[in-house]
Amino acid sequence: MFRRIFSKKNRVLLSELVRTDFKLRYQGSVLGYAWSLLQPLFFFLILYVVFTLLKVNKGIPHYSVYLLVGMVLWSFFREMTSGSITSIVGRGDLIRKIRIPRWIIILSSSFSAAISLVFNLVIILIFLAANHVGLSINDLWFFLIILEVYIFSLGIALYLSAAFVKYRDVSYIWDVIIQGGFYLTPIIYPLSKITNLTLQKFIMLNPISQSIQDARYAVVWRGTQTTSDTFAGGPYKFIPFGVVVVVFAAGLSYFRKQSKTFAEDL
Amino acid sequence: MASRDSTDTPTKDTGQTAIRVEGVSKLFKLPHEKSGSIKSKVINFRKRGYELQQALNDVSFEVKKGEFFGVVGRNGSGKSTLLKLLAGIYTPTKGHVQINGSLTPFIELGVGFNQELTGRENIFLNGSLLGFDRKEMQAMYQDIVEFAELERFMDQKLKNYSSGMLVRLAFSIAIRAQGDILLLDEVLAVGDAAFRQKCNDYFANLKRDKQTIILVSHSMAAIERYCDRALLLEAGQVVRVGSSAEIASLYEDMILKEEGEKANKAIKAQSQESAAKKSDINALVRITQGGKRVKSVKALKDFQVEIKIKSRKDIPEAYAGLSIRNSEGQIVLALDTIDYIGETLLEKNKERKIVVSPDNVFTNGVYYVTLAVGNAGDLSEDDDDRQLFKQRNIASFTIFGIRKYGNSLIHPHCEVRQG
Repeated sequence: MFRRIFSKKNRVLLSELVRTDFKLRYQGSVLGYAWSLLQPLFFFLILYVVFTLLKVNKGIPHYSVYLLVGMVLWSFFREMTSGSITSIVGRGDLIRKIRIPRWIIILSSSFSAAISLVFNLVIILIFLAANHVGLSINDLWFFLIILEVYIFSLGIALYLSAAFVKYRDVSYIWDVIIQGGFYLTPIIYPLSKITNLTLQKFIMLNPISQSIQDARYAVVWRGTQTTSDTFAGGPYKFIPFGVVVVVFAAGLSYFRKQSKTFAEDL
Repeated sequence: MASRDSTDTPTKDTGQTAIRVEGVSKLFKLPHEKSGSIKSKVINFRKRGYELQQALNDVSFEVKKGEFFGVVGRNGSGKSTLLKLLAGIYTPTKGHVQINGSLTPFIELGVGFNQELTGRENIFLNGSLLGFDRKEMQAMYQDIVEFAELERFMDQKLKNYSSGMLVRLAFSIAIRAQGDILLLDEVLAVGDAAFRQKCNDYFANLKRDKQTIILVSHSMAAIERYCDRALLLEAGQVVRVGSSAEIASLYEDMILKEEGEKANKAIKAQSQESAAKKSDINALVRITQGGKRVKSVKALKDFQVEIKIKSRKDIPEAYAGLSIRNSEGQIVLALDTIDYIGETLLEKNKERKIVVSPDNVFTNGVYYVTLAVGNAGDLSEDDDDRQLFKQRNIASFTIFGIRKYGNSLIHPHCEVRQG
């Protein structure tokens, strides 16, 4: 099964699609690939300045890296989901005329998001060094956390892209959710600012919140409040992982069902 | 139950069958209006917002390994749908498609090209759709560029290519495809004469190498030239599977009869118009075979042109002039009844019937009959004065079942000798 999915044919196609995406993204710009680093860096600087002035950072050591880790994971999530919505429709001519596995298209746009993530991780490394935060074996957790975000986002991307073929409303709805989600996730503010404990618990059930807090805990600061802390180590702390599994399975099965008629529905 | 089997490796044990299609139907749901938003879904949610269209209905056929198989039919007959079902792009609503061996994924040229990339980059991108990695593409890159005759343009963006260059590039990549079964949709008529020759050579090679190929085309010349057998589709149903020559002539006859229908309709509309004009003579022309009215006549078979004339007054020395034109308006046959039966007496309000039986020397096509009735007793110099009635295209008929060689007639008793 796995060997069939990653047969030579599919691997070749996947790498060529990713390559094309990447080539086209910065085409016609003077700085080209440099924007992959510069753009997130500028966004980060803006937020950093604003929230340092607002003194949100009180009580958090290495606030800049702390903020950066949250932003990087969030923008990975955003790019994977928002970027995939139109990917099936955008590759309509391929789908209507060539027999290629449909999921390759989603996978290729997820890989494009992963490439951006790699650039962002470089920025994180630089800021870790600048803040004199040492690396430790615990940092490896970060990669598992990224994998979790990847699987969660992929499930959502599969669902959204398939639904978008039939209902173009999906992209507008998702835009709103992404906007709201940014503020419902402890990215720019520390979780302790949420004084309503029920709301705090609710927020931490979200796999993205859980990932961001866990990543901060592993890489930046041991004082970060994780999901486990929020539920005092109870069984509820596993809910975010359950959400990831359910979302991925549901997205995949919906995509598989819908993909049979993509060629006709487009 | 709709299903589709495909093995990616050629299997020997299934014998000689490359493609087996069994009772395949395809239904499309065509939305009445663009109901692509949730709002319209909510509003119309009781109404059925779509129309069902049966693109294919119970289609069955088999293609043997090494066969060059043609699919023929008019626009909208379901050819492309069939090809997409074979390619696995659509899934059948009912029935079963079985493919033994690997399929090339292309059914149309230039799919997957990106206008913003250069020719070189597009070659690699397109190659990946065929399953070739960069190394393999690098090895054939030079051949592809040479075949397409585009050496000087490889570093230009595709959006600056002419349509001919695009097709040449696409074709040159597509023929690199290595599969057990090739699906080709209307690709023969590309490029200039020299490039077409290359394409023809390629197809001749495929045929010689006993590749399994499905070719969809409107060109009966191509079908007859390359295909061993062919399938004729009409309104989603198989009319016939047979030798390519048989299917090609069947298809041409179908097109001809349809043209004949159109001609008949046009004539009906026209004669209603002219009926409004008052004339002393009323005339009617019918094409018959053994007294029965027909619309089309098989080549070489006898037929009659039946003329009925009625006059409001006595004309003792009447005659009829008959001419038959082909669809280009050239007269291929003209006669005056006076030369055969002398003058005809037309009595007041009494119908007179004249039957003309010409040799059937006509080739495939639609023919138009013009009738004139004159009075030979009128001694005036001017032809027009002697003419009492004339109607161009008073009737039409279609000849089918023989190949057309230009606009010439058949010569049933023509001897050709060498010496």
